[in-house]
Amino acid sequence: MPTDLTTFSFLFLAALTLGSGGIVAFSKNIIYSTVALLGCFLGIAGLYIHLSADFLAAVQILVYVGGTLTLILFAVMLTSRIEDIRTSNTAVGRGAAFAIVALVLLLLGKVATMTPWPAKDRPQMPATAKLGHAFLSEYLLPFEIGSIVLLAAMIGAVVLARRAVKRDWEKH
Amino acid sequence: MHVSLVHYLTVAAVLFGLGLFTVMTRRNAVGILLGVELILNAAALNFVAFEHFVAGGVSGQVFTVFIIILAASEAAIALAIVLQVYRGYRSILSAQLTDLKN
Repeated sequence: MPTDLTTFSFLFLAALTLGSGGIVAFSKNIIYSTVALLGCFLGIAGLYIHLSADFLAAVQILVYVGGTLTLILFAVMLTSRIEDIRTSNTAVGRGAAFAIVALVLLLLGKVATMTPWPAKDRPQMPATAKLGHAFLSEYLLPFEIGSIVLLAAMIGAVVLARRAVKRDWEKH
Repeated sequence: MHVSLVHYLTVAAVLFGLGLFTVMTRRNAVGILLGVELILNAAALNFVAFEHFVAGGVSGQVFTVFIIILAASEAAIALAIVLQVYRGYRSILSAQLTDLKN
């Protein structure tokens, strides 16, 4: 890929990510915030492709866009009285939050620019096969524990969200 | 312009700042959750960027997969809790949820 095209597409994806993130942070309507999260996730997936993490880009779209975002949209539709936009996504303490975020960003920027990272440009290469080998050898135990965590979270969500229904024979 | 590590760190830092701002200013519990998702994505992007430019190998991507796993389970549990709270209070504004009992 020629360098100009790479730069252009990086800038486009970064603008997509940060613009959508800005809508998430500043929109007054929680539906807009939630849908803007979609653009943010897509931008991040594109940046993963830039960083030669092709498998992660697919996982990002499948899990975040297909799963998490749909879940959050359900929660928004089920809970907030969305017709009452003014109360659904109000924000408080913007001045103080601005100050704290500015301080944190200043610190992060200082660390990121002052540290001499031993960075070098690597060629783009597919990583899926290496990732699979890593998961089935070096990171096998965390991988399996991750599946147990997902199972526990699924059961926990079902238990938490169900309505307690009493059957007839339980009422005595 | 040559895209290097610093550019990715900048994107991730600004995204983290936006997420932090969302978490601090929103009063809606689901809004706070949106901010947490932004923060998690910023951290994951940093992991992949450092792996690509500094560390090499695939360990950064492995950690990003774990972040995605934990974010998915966290979203499921948090939204179940939000639904239950909404049933009890008819509201999910964090300032009004002050009781532990009843």
